[in-house]
Amino acid sequence: MSYIIDRRLNGKKKSTVNRQRFLRRYKAHIKKAVGEAMNSRSITDMEKGERISIPTRDIREPVFSHGPGGRVERVLPGNKEFVAGDRVPRQGQQEGGGGGGGNASDSGEGMDDFVFQISQEEFLDFMFEGLQLPNMIKRRLTGNDAFQVVRAGISNEGTPGRLNVVRSLRAANARRIALTSSKRRNLRELEIELAQEEAKDPALRDQRKLEQLRGKIEELRRRIDRVPYLDDFDLKYNLLVRQPRPRSRAVMFCLMDVSGSMNQATKDMAKRFFLLLYLFLRRSYEYTEVVFIRHHTSAKEVDEEEFFYSRETGGTIVSSALKLMRRIMRERYPASEWNIYGAQASDGDNWNDDSSTCHKILIDDIMPYVQYYSYVEITPRDHQALWEEYERVRELFPNHFAMEQIVDVSDIYPVFRQLFSQKVPA
Amino acid sequence: MLDTYTTGADASESDSSGPISTTSEWTFELIQKYDRAIAELADEFGLDTYPNQIEVISSEQMMDAYSSVGMPVGYHHWSFGKQFINIENNYQRGLMGLAYEIVINSNPCIAYLMEENTMTMQALVIAHACYGHNSFFKNNYLFRSWTDASSIIDYLIFAKNYIASCEERYGLDEVEAVLDSCHALMNYGVDRYKRPYPISAVEEERRQKEREEYRQRQLNDLWRTIPKSGTGEEESEEQRFPEEPQENILYFIEKNAPLLENWQRELVRIVRKLAQYFYPQRQTQVMNEGWATFWHYTLLSELYRRGRVTDGFMMEFLQSHTNVIYQPPFDSPYYNGINPYTLGFAIFSDLRRICENPTEEDRQWFPDIAGSNWKETLQFAMRDFKDESFILQFLSPKVMRDLKLFSITDDDRESEILVSAIHDEDGYRELRATLAGQYNLGNREPNIQVYSVDTRGDRSLTLHHTQHWRRPLGKDTGEVLKHLHRLWGFDVHLHSLNGDEITASYHCPEIGRDRSDSEEESMLVPKPI
Repeated sequence: MSYIIDRRLNGKKKSTVNRQRFLRRYKAHIKKAVGEAMNSRSITDMEKGERISIPTRDIREPVFSHGPGGRVERVLPGNKEFVAGDRVPRQGQQEGGGGGGGNASDSGEGMDDFVFQISQEEFLDFMFEGLQLPNMIKRRLTGNDAFQVVRAGISNEGTPGRLNVVRSLRAANARRIALTSSKRRNLRELEIELAQEEAKDPALRDQRKLEQLRGKIEELRRRIDRVPYLDDFDLKYNLLVRQPRPRSRAVMFCLMDVSGSMNQATKDMAKRFFLLLYLFLRRSYEYTEVVFIRHHTSAKEVDEEEFFYSRETGGTIVSSALKLMRRIMRERYPASEWNIYGAQASDGDNWNDDSSTCHKILIDDIMPYVQYYSYVEITPRDHQALWEEYERVRELFPNHFAMEQIVDVSDIYPVFRQLFSQKVPA
Repeated sequence: MLDTYTTGADASESDSSGPISTTSEWTFELIQKYDRAIAELADEFGLDTYPNQIEVISSEQMMDAYSSVGMPVGYHHWSFGKQFINIENNYQRGLMGLAYEIVINSNPCIAYLMEENTMTMQALVIAHACYGHNSFFKNNYLFRSWTDASSIIDYLIFAKNYIASCEERYGLDEVEAVLDSCHALMNYGVDRYKRPYPISAVEEERRQKEREEYRQRQLNDLWRTIPKSGTGEEESEEQRFPEEPQENILYFIEKNAPLLENWQRELVRIVRKLAQYFYPQRQTQVMNEGWATFWHYTLLSELYRRGRVTDGFMMEFLQSHTNVIYQPPFDSPYYNGINPYTLGFAIFSDLRRICENPTEEDRQWFPDIAGSNWKETLQFAMRDFKDESFILQFLSPKVMRDLKLFSITDDDRESEILVSAIHDEDGYRELRATLAGQYNLGNREPNIQVYSVDTRGDRSLTLHHTQHWRRPLGKDTGEVLKHLHRLWGFDVHLHSLNGDEITASYHCPEIGRDRSDSEEESMLVPKPI
């Protein structure tokens, strides 16, 4: 007797756990590969999956086995010209693998690395693992988007899925008792009467009375039975209500210098940096708003599309961007409600006396209100006035201000990790 | 007799004559019909099987089943994930086709059919797995005495749950470390010469508690540190522990490792029990595959002879069949050892020929079976042998000639390889013995046994490797010792012996380093638990 079962629908992705275990074990290798991939990718396919290659020796599961040497006897198939007693010179590699020789590769080459593909999801996980926006501490009730469903007792209305069986049956039972109590009392009395009547000597029995009693009892029983076992209004449902939950709201200001002094390569690096930041925010902080500001001599708030793809350019006045940021902060993002972040990228080239203005705006109007401000300077040259002014800002706000320098593309990802790595709160 | 069957029996069923199907599409109904037709034939041929549970699965599920080494319910471990990725890669790149089937030695016998297969392939798999392998599992002596088909699924579930609960309680890393180490020693978790109790989940759970207490007592006894009065040199010589060398290293660890927690011992036990479950399969590869291949060939050919399948069906079947039993010659780039399907199928087919049409040579070589009833002879050959003895007993000169077998001796003291025997009158016996020896697990795996424990001193564990024809240990030895060291918790030494002479020694932690050095080194050596 055979049973035939269609199992195609269940048990999909059964090996997911094992795959995760595997990825977990080789995290170090994968992270390295992800870091390298970030450097070599073009700006448009930053978030695809990646081929990961792990040296076979790191992934081997060792067992006791025989090594080469000693005397080995083997039987091989497909003899063509040998007769017993022939002697064959030993070649560089032994003929065939066969027998107990283990995995001697017969082509004489070493084994390749263990190569596999990780998905986009897994790639991003590894890319942003251990990163966070620092100092995200302000929480507020935002109104209508963060809820938590909690139980709130029992109600008379609801969907069948939330039916509370115990309470419903208890209500039904109570109703049945209430609706039938007087009838059952009557019934009991009549039954006693009937019993008394029947206990009498047969000759003395009042047949009419007996019949009457039996009829009444019958009638009462029928009426008791007619009370429904379960009625509509017995049904009780578990009541769930949604409670709003306080959530932190954050906004990230992205300030990018697009002045004429930035050549194509530096602009590209700045864009890469912000793209990384943008991916990170979109992935890890669903409810974070991003404000894009680009500036040359004047600053302008733009949308995502324009920020990354517009080609407009001009001279450089960095403070224009800071002023715009200050204005937007005041108008739309009161510091009491928002966790505010700033990220600025520039080549450090600024209009002569503008750098001190930047310093002043930062210290007076921006740094007191933001959670974290990061500045990356993309230049292979020496630092100029702006960097020096910013260094003084860092001295004043060591926990909330960070600055790094990017020289070429391969610095971007490490610097990014540096700026947003998870910090243990002091 | 066969003819009367086709005309007489089953006349009531209207579809009992003529082809069962004519297209390559399969449906559940058709699978059922084929299964029934094959079952009837199998019954006629006297195959004794467990009930079948045929499961249709997708290719992804097949890769799953594949990567968990055929355990339908596997515990979680990274190595299965690695295996899955490997298989997925190869499959997607078209480097390998998936196995047509996987069959589990359980009762009912579970066989997986892939949904991508054509009807012909499904029928082939049913014949191969559900009647070939199935009857082998049920009747071969190794399977009968080493595994309990009715309880394996329960046991696997028990193991999975137990390991999951350990992970919750002690952390993934801890559990993974123990499992890694156990896997490294899995091939040394079997008593070769003692018949074990079949495993059972209920029993396991019941006895788990009992074992915990017992072990603790036993351990305390072994490691008692109170010195006895008047200990002399000769006494320590007398009280060697273990008294006899132990081949079952995992068992020895489970019972005697001084530092393991109880749950860790349970993990060792689970891996050991699984090793035991798979042990017969490793010992009967040629027979098992040969038997199943012989029967799918015989059963489907018989179906064809009776007109139940079409010519097209037969062409497709024969193509798959010849692929399965293709043996590349030794100098082919595709050569990867002797194909167990080929060898097993050749021997079983030739056995049938010897029974039905014996030649003079057969009468001389197999006086007992030449001309006997082939069904009984094959059943006998299947029941009471394992690969080694099966080849030694039944490999006929004709098969050796057909496969053009020859044996070589590769001695590292000689400059050339010697062709020691070929498929001729002088060589048959030697060839047969050599080939049989090749399937002796004892020859294939290094013979390593627990030799002694320094119970009074540094608690170090010493193992001996007894060399077979001076064959040394492979390059992984040091790595495996690290795993052993992790389980044992104290120093581990392994001596490789040629006769009485130690030719190589391995130590973990490695000797010749300062203790302070080994502190730093401990990043590389797995930490003892």
